[in-house]
Amino acid sequence: MTAAEIAGKVGGTIAVGTGGEEASNVYVGDLLSDVMGHAGEGCVLVTIQNHLNTLAVCTLVGCEVVVLCHGRPVPPDMAEGAAREEVAIVVTPLSQYETALALSSLPPSPKK
Amino acid sequence: MPGATDMSEYSPVILQGQQTNDDEILASTPLDAKALGGESSEIIMELLQRFKVRDVMKRQVISIPRSATMRDAQRILRDNRISGLPVCENGRLYGLVSVNDIIRGLDGGWMDEPCENHMAKNLVVLEAGMPLAFALRYFNNYTYGRFPVLDSDRKLVGIVSQRDVMRALLYELSVEIRKLEMKTSSKAAKVEQEAKGNFFRREWAVVHNDLSRAGHAANAIKGILRERKIDRAIVRRVAVAAYELEINICIHSHGGVIVLLISDNSVKITAKDRGPGIPDIEWACRDGTSTANDWIRSMGFGAGMGLSNSKRVSDKFEIQSEVGKFTIVQCTFELPKPDGAAEGGAQ
Repeated sequence: MTAAEIAGKVGGTIAVGTGGEEASNVYVGDLLSDVMGHAGEGCVLVTIQNHLNTLAVCTLVGCEVVVLCHGRPVPPDMAEGAAREEVAIVVTPLSQYETALALSSLPPSPKK
Repeated sequence: MPGATDMSEYSPVILQGQQTNDDEILASTPLDAKALGGESSEIIMELLQRFKVRDVMKRQVISIPRSATMRDAQRILRDNRISGLPVCENGRLYGLVSVNDIIRGLDGGWMDEPCENHMAKNLVVLEAGMPLAFALRYFNNYTYGRFPVLDSDRKLVGIVSQRDVMRALLYELSVEIRKLEMKTSSKAAKVEQEAKGNFFRREWAVVHNDLSRAGHAANAIKGILRERKIDRAIVRRVAVAAYELEINICIHSHGGVIVLLISDNSVKITAKDRGPGIPDIEWACRDGTSTANDWIRSMGFGAGMGLSNSKRVSDKFEIQSEVGKFTIVQCTFELPKPDGAAEGGAQ
């Protein structure tokens, strides 16, 4: 599923990215160590952590799409980092749970 | 208005800042940290993390009690040529009277009322132990020209302006540049010597509370391993361990280094720090156990999974620690033999 399709499903906007970034599974988490340990490669990360460290985790686990919930703004340094690392950021007014429901056609990140 | 302007009653209070342990903190920063990056941006980032708000703040804070009038505040602001006056009693900060509050008071006719009725009460403050990088972000995010500084007991210990930060940085930069010039020649010789060996070694400095740069070592390691065409799954495991250990140094220690060592048959990540050490290693390696503070947790770290995640992805995991001194963690990842033999057992 592309970032543009994800944005459509969660009623969000693409704050950073081309919309063509791909995700094949979903991981929901606000604890970045938990995300590091359990998010699958190619996941869309659903989180409220709107800062640069989220991107560091994304690049390490191989995540191309982040969905920021509750309409959290994208700080300038995060936007720059995302553009550099080619990670799309979608901002949605939905909660994490509502976002997960909207993306239920994608499987969860595989268990490790 | 009887007594309202009697300044003998409300003479400025000078708060003396607390003694800090700056020397200890500076001493704990890796000695070769400054020489590692070699780029000016690296040096600036390192300075922004190494120096704390307490290093640049003004320690002599002029303040007034809550019962002082707005007119008292106006005089003190004018006489001392300052634009903000903390309202403080026995070290406890209650609010701040700014020039804008005075203008409003003159306009509204409440200059003889106690300042506690008209001061700004919801203050944005900095903590003395925060890195300068944090202070700069506050100056960018808010329009205030200064921030009161509190210590860990929430007592007012100083005040810091953008000018204080810039002055300190400019001075330190000139010192660092001089040191770097002297070290450049010896560093070049060391790199040349290492290149001759049948291994690759690099290290990165990790600075306490440098969350804005956390991940720079792990990302660089990932890039180096990918360049060497190491299997993607192994690269990912190494990167996870490096990142977790980097975060641990960042949030729990006084600073340290991440060392990457690649040989023909393994990749080793070693995290060395100076700091509080780990009293109970078994407990610390358990999922969900952490001593991280609320600030770290609000950033999404401190979930207590760092050591257990690193252990889980490594083929070999070793840890040594001495309370009050250091912690060393080493994660080893076996590399497949060049002839394509099976990869060492992971996970």
